Amino acid sequence: MLSYIVRRLGATVVVMAVVAFVVFSLLYLTPGDPAAVIAGDVATSEDIARIRQSLGLDQPFLVRFGNWVWALLHGDMGTSIFNSLPVSKLIGQRVEPTLSLTICTLIVAILTSVPLGAIAAARAESKLDHAIMGFSVLGFSIPVFVLAYLLILLFSLQLHWLPVQGYRPISEGIWPWFLHLILPSLALGTVYAALIARITRASVLDVLSQDYIRTAQAKGLKESDIMIHHALKNAAVPIITIIGIGIGLLISGAVVTETVFAIPGIGRLTVDAILRRDYPIIQGVILIFSATYVMINLMIDLSYVFFDPRIRY
Amino acid sequence: MSQATGKSILEVKDLRTYFYTRDGVVRSVDGVSFSISEGETLAIVGESGCGKSVTSLSLLRLIPSPPGKIVSGSVLYHGKDLLKLSEDEMRDIRGDKISMIFQEPMTSLNPVLTVGRQISEVLELHRHCTKEQAHERILELLKLVNISEPERRINEYPHQLSGGMRQRIMIAMALACDPEILIADEPTTALDVTIQAQILNLIRELRDRTRAAIILITHDLGVVAEMAQRVVVMYAGRKVEEASVFDLFAKPMHPYTLGLLNSMPRLDDSSSKRLVEIPGMVPSMRTEIVGCAFAPRCSKASERCLIESPVLQDFGNGHTVACWNPVAVLRDKA
Amino acid sequence: MINNSTMNRVDWPAQVSKIRLFLTVQLPALYKRYPFAVIGAATLLLMIFIAIFAPFLATVDPQAVAPLNRLKPPSWEYWFGTDALGRDVYSRVMYGTRVSLTVGISVAVLSTVIGLAIGLITGFVRWVDAIVMRIMDGLMSIPSILLAIALMALTKASIENVIIAITIAEVPRVVRLVRSLVLGLREQPYVEAAAASGTPLLKTLLRHILPNIAAPLLVQATYICASAMITEAILSFIGAGTPPNIPSWGNIMAESRSLFQIAGYLILFPSIFLSATVLAVNYLGDGLRDALDPRLSRRM
Repeated sequence: MLSYIVRRLGATVVVMAVVAFVVFSLLYLTPGDPAAVIAGDVATSEDIARIRQSLGLDQPFLVRFGNWVWALLHGDMGTSIFNSLPVSKLIGQRVEPTLSLTICTLIVAILTSVPLGAIAAARAESKLDHAIMGFSVLGFSIPVFVLAYLLILLFSLQLHWLPVQGYRPISEGIWPWFLHLILPSLALGTVYAALIARITRASVLDVLSQDYIRTAQAKGLKESDIMIHHALKNAAVPIITIIGIGIGLLISGAVVTETVFAIPGIGRLTVDAILRRDYPIIQGVILIFSATYVMINLMIDLSYVFFDPRIRY
Repeated sequence: MSQATGKSILEVKDLRTYFYTRDGVVRSVDGVSFSISEGETLAIVGESGCGKSVTSLSLLRLIPSPPGKIVSGSVLYHGKDLLKLSEDEMRDIRGDKISMIFQEPMTSLNPVLTVGRQISEVLELHRHCTKEQAHERILELLKLVNISEPERRINEYPHQLSGGMRQRIMIAMALACDPEILIADEPTTALDVTIQAQILNLIRELRDRTRAAIILITHDLGVVAEMAQRVVVMYAGRKVEEASVFDLFAKPMHPYTLGLLNSMPRLDDSSSKRLVEIPGMVPSMRTEIVGCAFAPRCSKASERCLIESPVLQDFGNGHTVACWNPVAVLRDKA
Repeated sequence: MINNSTMNRVDWPAQVSKIRLFLTVQLPALYKRYPFAVIGAATLLLMIFIAIFAPFLATVDPQAVAPLNRLKPPSWEYWFGTDALGRDVYSRVMYGTRVSLTVGISVAVLSTVIGLAIGLITGFVRWVDAIVMRIMDGLMSIPSILLAIALMALTKASIENVIIAITIAEVPRVVRLVRSLVLGLREQPYVEAAAASGTPLLKTLLRHILPNIAAPLLVQATYICASAMITEAILSFIGAGTPPNIPSWGNIMAESRSLFQIAGYLILFPSIFLSATVLAVNYLGDGLRDALDPRLSRRM
């Protein structure tokens, strides 16, 4: 088991190295002079020269990469071209809103999608099953921001139940914090939940057709007991796998959701950075998000042992 | 051999179980009747697809409901019709009064739960005991089925055990609550020959000890000869012959039964004797069968066989046959 | 001589009756079995029709700016209303169909072809597999929108670049699918038998491998098409996608970011079209999956 962890950590380091390399070299792989592109159409040659210098584009590639990685390992993600503040500080200021949004969304999405998917599988081919699956297809066919606007239209503008936009930090009270996160979590979580529900249904359906479920029935167990104690544990592996992979969707969606709901998080930071072509910020954001994604998936991989005793590393 | 007391505890009357598929209706069990007495071992024999497994699943109402359905008939257990019970009442009976063991021990045990937990479940459910109380009984059961080192095995997972041991666990689970009837669906088919013998011996031993009635589903006439007191022969969803095991082997009356017996290699046959096959194939169960289902393959078929479905006739001593032209001679050893 | 020419001439009556057979018998039967897929296919055909005939369906020039008519709600003159620059939303939505379909289909085709090529190589050449899969893992660790955003931030905004950016983000998943399929197929007895009997690699590929991966790939391609359309819309929405002068559904909705409270129709109409199209493609994909191999529904 230990050797497996070590090997996986090693693989993780390699993956992160690739990510760092990709993120770093994108700047140079794209056609044209990156400094000019970043500077924009109305830049003067001094602006371009300044940018080139600040990005260190006048030095050999590997040296730049080396310096950059070295700085990275010390927590220095470069400085914003726009306002010359350190990227790590800018990101750090925006962590709380994004984290709040993501965690709320995760909880809501998982708590609804797994039971719904399991019920759909238990009642396969029934009207309920078709309804649940129908909604799930709808769920990942409607773009996040469309859903967001629909929710705002209904719950904020028409019914006045919930605030339209904005974010309240926890320090200003749990209730306002929560209230402002309900609609964003719903909008963001729908795609994620739809995906999880589908996979849950497929996995549970597969398990329910297995012989040991018939044995459990022959022992006289109740349907709910069979589902909870026998079926779900066996169906768990694909489900938690998709939960991990889906986090990528969550992160992408956060960018849009924060834009629509005016939440001052990392996603908003990214969008602003795009408009200004503030590449160091984009680099930093990608690194942070990728690292999070990789770590979460590593933990999920390691957790398989708890669900399936046949897996022995 | 344990003595059957003659008091019938389970009576199956005209059971029909159909499967409604996209390509048509499959009449897996098409009017089957039989009964079993206290402590008796009844074997249900037939080729693959003749409906014997579906029959056994129907008794416990374990038929997957779309697409299957128990269309008509009754299953009287001590006079109460199981098919009319509520699901709750049925669940009380499953695992407690009537239990079942299956063909594939590999896949019939839950891979992610320990073996002890799976046995304990039955006890906690039907005997309302705690995990600790169940523990003692589980050890007892494991010893009963000849599993070595029971203390260790309780915490092991199915994949850590051999096929024979898994089947013993299944038997232990099935006998945990001292059932009155044990349904064994091809319990040894998936096992190696030497293990088969062990398991059969075990079942016999346990039967003698617990006086449970056994409904044994098998396609192997050798197993029937070893274990059963009475035999029901099924073909294409219907019962074609029923007799005591002696009568069946000594004077089989249905041409199909005769065919089955003839196709079995015997130790005392000369080695150059060719095995006799039954020509043709089992009919598709999707189409309605007119007349006798076996007629197309039967050497004794007459006009009547193709039009009229034969009814069961009693030839004495509980020997019933559904055939217009039964074989009424002693089996020859040509 | 006469026989040859009669063989080569097209038999029109037979063709017409084939079409009639299709419309009256086969199509209703298909619909009965896969209702959603058929509706999806029909919707998609409608969208393709709109895309092709947009110039004829639009009422005015989609680029025509008319500041006096800014932000007018839907009316008989402007069916879907006008945007902040007075442009007719309906005409822009019609033209927007072109962008979404172009991006969706191009990304699906490109990523499938590239992913197939890379996946095949990794499935057969071990050392390439080790290197390429690490790169793919790395790429897949970057959430796809972010990757696309990063690529778009560095290049000029254009539809071609959008297609390239989204393709790069989607290729790793195709590679992973192809690779796992190929690795699984290589274990199959009939492939081993072919190798043992000395079949050249190319023939093995064409005859044994490709036909067996065609179905899952096709299904995956439809899902990629749907995903690409949404990604393009999101990119355009946040300003990192199609250039603002080209009407795309995402662009139209982007303009409304600050205006949605007073001009909800700016969001409504493009989103209906986008959702309908994506839904149609998804249903089509589900139908294909069920038709081609019901076992796939376990994995997808």
